[in-house]
Amino acid sequence: MALLQTARARRRALRTLALVLGFAPLVGLVVAAVTDRLGANPIEKITHVTGEWGLRYLVLCLGVTPLRRLTGWRMLSLERRTLGLFAFLYAALHLTTYVALDLGFDWASLGEDITERPYITVGFATFCILLALASTSTRAAVRRLGHRWKPLHRLVYLAGIGAVVHFLWLVKSDTREPLIYAAIVASLLLVRLRWALARRRAAAAG
Amino acid sequence: METVRSPGLTPNDATPEEVYLGRREFLSRSALAAAVVGSVGLGCDPQQANATKAAPLPTRALPAVPGPPEFQTDEPKTPYKDATQYNNFYEFGTDKSDPARYAGSLRPEPWSVTVEGEVAKPGRVPLEDLLGRHSLEERIYRLRCVEAWSMVIPWLGIPLGEVIRRLQPTSKAKYVAFTTLHDPEQMPGQRRSVLDWPYVEGLRIDEAMHPLSILAVGMYGKLLPNQNGAPLRLVVPWKYGFKSIKSIVKIRLQESEPPTSWNLSAPREYGFYANVNPEVDHPRWSQARERRIGDFRKRPTLPFNGYADQVAGLYAGMDLRKKF
Repeated sequence: MALLQTARARRRALRTLALVLGFAPLVGLVVAAVTDRLGANPIEKITHVTGEWGLRYLVLCLGVTPLRRLTGWRMLSLERRTLGLFAFLYAALHLTTYVALDLGFDWASLGEDITERPYITVGFATFCILLALASTSTRAAVRRLGHRWKPLHRLVYLAGIGAVVHFLWLVKSDTREPLIYAAIVASLLLVRLRWALARRRAAAAG
Repeated sequence: METVRSPGLTPNDATPEEVYLGRREFLSRSALAAAVVGSVGLGCDPQQANATKAAPLPTRALPAVPGPPEFQTDEPKTPYKDATQYNNFYEFGTDKSDPARYAGSLRPEPWSVTVEGEVAKPGRVPLEDLLGRHSLEERIYRLRCVEAWSMVIPWLGIPLGEVIRRLQPTSKAKYVAFTTLHDPEQMPGQRRSVLDWPYVEGLRIDEAMHPLSILAVGMYGKLLPNQNGAPLRLVVPWKYGFKSIKSIVKIRLQESEPPTSWNLSAPREYGFYANVNPEVDHPRWSQARERRIGDFRKRPTLPFNGYADQVAGLYAGMDLRKKF
């Protein structure tokens, strides 16, 4: 396409695509809510949908670097932050739905849930990681944190594991879906481990 | 055959003719049902048109007499749409919308139930014979799911105790065990082993004989939709919903406590008794509150789901934290 001939135009198209895709589930939810198509238990539905999309964007985010190395398409990395912020957005909506709509701001129940129910403990810890990463995602924060920025943002690997464990621990007996996410996250982390080992070997050889 | 009367009725309240005729209609509508079910092939997934289709909702009225007033709740009934589209029936899939989508492959008629164990005459009994001549009662019950949501449902059924009494249990009959149909052709969810199929449930004999326990064949004035456990299901309103086993093909009276599906699947989380109890949390979530479907705020969960006056005596002296 003529429109996408310059690198800048391609970058812009990629950004637009990321934004459209990122907001699509939210728009879908709002439309379903307005047209009364959230089903018999709307609060549960919103909780599940936002949680699922938070996990999906987290997985996509973890997939960016492997995909870039596979395709050599370096531009992909430019949208990694967008995907990460969408993961945070949906995780925040997920937690807000739970605290506001499900618990009705019953802080005592929330405290009890976080301390006594392992899947909520893990889910809340995962949200805290995403909050820390989202709030240090600006250019100014990258500059300010300097060499500490990268180790901090490696916590996203832990967030990926946390999100999957949260999902796995909450289902009643059908573990198929969380196990699919577990397999994807595991392979995305293992491929990084392989790279790290290869780098180390190369460094030792060099 | 003896005429068994509803506990709440006086001898003067003979079964009205239209009710009796209505029951006859229910018993003879199999051909109609087969025709209706057979004609609706356009469901969801065109690639598996036969295996995965929604069941048409029953339309014909099923007359019944009101059940004993002391058992009825006057809380607002859950909308029919919600009660038929938000179901846990893993035989058709684990998503709440799966049963409504896929239960069309179940063939509830004709249906028979195998009666086994400590009874006078074991054997296979056509559903209509199992129900006997007892007229259907409408029982408006609360239903509390172990997942902390609840509904109010007008069931149509007959007391389980009446059925068991007619089976003439022996003195060794201490428990009643129930089994759901096991047929992956009709129940596509059984192709995946999310539970150890077939689904099994059980009650202590005194729980089964309690007048609150019913075998339901209908709800909201009509036959049970497939996704709600057609054609025959248990309803035990003071226990979590998973005790109320659906699409029953076997009833066995026995001396020992029968295994139950969710207890087999996760013994730490689901006990044999599964009485609704706000004091005893599920290991992974609180049971203190519940969301009534249709409500925004949660409400406190009542001991024995609000039926403590009727059933608490069954558990006198038992530690309900241990026997959860």
